Amino acid sequence: MASPNMRSSQGDQEPFDLAAALRDAGLAALVAAGLAFPILALRAEQDMSNQLVLQHRWSWMAIAAAIVFVGRLAILFWNARPRAEKPAQTAAPSALATTFAKFIAPAGLAFLIVFPFVSLWLSGPGGSLKWINNYGIQILIYVMLGWGLNIVVGLAGLLDLGYVAFYAVGAYSYALLSTTFGLSFWICLPLAGILAAFWGIILGFPVLRLRGDYLAIVTLAFGEIIRVVLINWTDFSNGYAGIAGIPRVTFFGVPFIDGEGGFANLFGLEFSPIHRTIFLFYLILALALLTNFVTLKLRRMPIGRAWEALREDEIACRSLGINTTNTKLTAFALGAMFGGFAGSFFAVRQGFVSPESFTFIESATILAVVVLGGMGSQIGVALAAVIMIGGTELLRELEWTKQIFGNDFDPAQYRMLIFGVAMVIMMIWKPRGIISTRTPSAFLKERKAVSGSLVQEGHG
Amino acid sequence: MSAAPALAGVAGSGRQPGKPLLTLSGVETFYGKIQALKGIDIEVREGEIVTLIGANGAGKSTTMMTVFGAPRARRGTIIFDGRDITRLEPHQIARLQIAQSPEGRRIFPRMTVYENLQMGASINNFAHFDEDLERVFAMFPRLRERAQQRGGTLSGGEQQMLAIARALMSRPRLLMLDEPSLGLAPLVVRQIFDVIAELNRTQGLTVFLVEQNAFHALKLAHRGYVLVNGAVTMAGAGAELLARPEVRAAYLEGGH
Ligand SMILES: Nc1ncnc2c1ncn2[C@@H]1O[C@H](COP(=O)(O)OP(=O)(O)OP(=O)(O)O)[C@@H](O)[C@H]1O
Ligand SMILES: [Mg+2]
Repeated sequence: MASPNMRSSQGDQEPFDLAAALRDAGLAALVAAGLAFPILALRAEQDMSNQLVLQHRWSWMAIAAAIVFVGRLAILFWNARPRAEKPAQTAAPSALATTFAKFIAPAGLAFLIVFPFVSLWLSGPGGSLKWINNYGIQILIYVMLGWGLNIVVGLAGLLDLGYVAFYAVGAYSYALLSTTFGLSFWICLPLAGILAAFWGIILGFPVLRLRGDYLAIVTLAFGEIIRVVLINWTDFSNGYAGIAGIPRVTFFGVPFIDGEGGFANLFGLEFSPIHRTIFLFYLILALALLTNFVTLKLRRMPIGRAWEALREDEIACRSLGINTTNTKLTAFALGAMFGGFAGSFFAVRQGFVSPESFTFIESATILAVVVLGGMGSQIGVALAAVIMIGGTELLRELEWTKQIFGNDFDPAQYRMLIFGVAMVIMMIWKPRGIISTRTPSAFLKERKAVSGSLVQEGHG
Repeated sequence: MSAAPALAGVAGSGRQPGKPLLTLSGVETFYGKIQALKGIDIEVREGEIVTLIGANGAGKSTTMMTVFGAPRARRGTIIFDGRDITRLEPHQIARLQIAQSPEGRRIFPRMTVYENLQMGASINNFAHFDEDLERVFAMFPRLRERAQQRGGTLSGGEQQMLAIARALMSRPRLLMLDEPSLGLAPLVVRQIFDVIAELNRTQGLTVFLVEQNAFHALKLAHRGYVLVNGAVTMAGAGAELLARPEVRAAYLEGGH
């Protein structure tokens, strides 16, 4: 195929070579069939007498090969289509992108604020529970976690594979403080954040001399250690059984219960469990916005810029007098703190915590949200959370697939497949994440100094 | 860069040598078991341009980094302005108004020129930021034009200008530059060296210059040191070193 830069702009390109494309796709299908043979076509099953019997599923293999054949053909076709040369990337993002960036945040926020009531109005208290809880709250938790981890990974450039540890610290902080000492959520929330930040610093001190891969491995281990401790230290955390009966969220002291003194009674509403869900929705929205607000504020302050500088060049940072150790520690502690907030929200929402909620796959999911979002872009991270978490929730809805693949087919099991596909697509389509352009953040009497005059005044 | 003086004029000017600003005595630096510096004595006086020349791997960059505390000197002392800085952390050393432009420029590629310059000023909390910004823009008009461009998209020469400008934003008492001429066209090298000379002449800035480009460096500098295999083998006035046959043979072969 003609490479794009060999083509002239008039569009006189080589004609699409169908035979070659078919050959190529056929080859790919053959490889797919070969790979699918041991994985899909052969299946060992136990019969009544516990003997393994080999079964054949030729149709599965054929389907896999067919999908690859068609897919490959489509890609070849797509690549061969005439297209305008992409203009070289310039310093300023395009006008469209700028407008998009300007409006998506307020529009998204407005949407989120009215979201519970709109869904309540559209699908009633029963139907809206799914939308507010499974989609709204679930996605917002990951938006918040993504924004928290974004401080560490996206801004400061420290690859942290154990972020779930701080989520766990926050969740167990609330669970234990509320069940043992009867402290309220509003007291536990800051405490959980402080404890998580504290653990962030504890972890930070020994590992911050490490870089890149090594840091990733150690943080990964730290995440596992916290989980294993929670499993094995049964006196403290009740092990696998977890902690149940965690006090539910109250409306600043007013419980969401039926009858005298409850939220519904106080406000003269008819009791409905949806009130609590809506409150939880606004709670996580507020927490996520707090994370975003703090991050955006810090980005305009020297410390935030120091994080970004650290990500770009540590040696340059040192030569500019930046205390790299403290800079990394603050990023770690702050990221951990927001993880802790999210954790205590998780506990108050579930009413139950157990180590199973804090496995490595959670860390991986949060990291995937940050990476897909574009490492550092707040809106990108939010969009990635919507796609990743919303996507997996959508999978649960695909009931009709049961009619094709049989009753014991559970589409939600294919979450990981979606992960993988999403990652591969991103690598091809946008290797630097959904929003990869970094918005400059001048933090010092910026408007006056940056805009206009400076740029145009130049001469020579 | 029109107002810059001719290079040759600097070295010969009969100025008063100031008091010692930076003194390295018996400095030894190791990378693990490998000894990179084998007891180095260097002195930089206030208002001087001092250059350190030597072949690849002689230990020039190591000398500069050791002054900055990373890696630390294992033996010997480094005195800056009467104060022992041998055991200080890099960020503490930077607070003493020593600025460094490390080897390979090391600007922040994803940040704009303006943001890069801000990073340089963060050390003194942006006191006189606007004023200093004007000053470096006047020195490097190119940077003013490109204020909103990302550092990584600048040309090599522009990046070098930015690296020097960024170092100047902290109003250093001592400016240390590691191979500012690396990979630049002769004309651009000349521009950069002109600026260094002018800074020294008009503002009395003390400069410690590590260079491969021995001819230009020695012409520019008041004094020079020749480093061979981690040890200083020769020292003297720039013009004097330039005249020595050993120096000419080793570092100026094939002209300049
Ligand atoms: N981080 C390091 N670890 C181990 N050895 C190092 C390290 N940095 C430098 N060295 C070694 O120390 C010696 C001096 O290196 P240095 O970078 O100071 O040389 P240089 O004079 O600046 O050379 P150049 O002109 O090529 O920049 C070299 O032999 C080099 O291999
Ligand atoms: Mg060097």
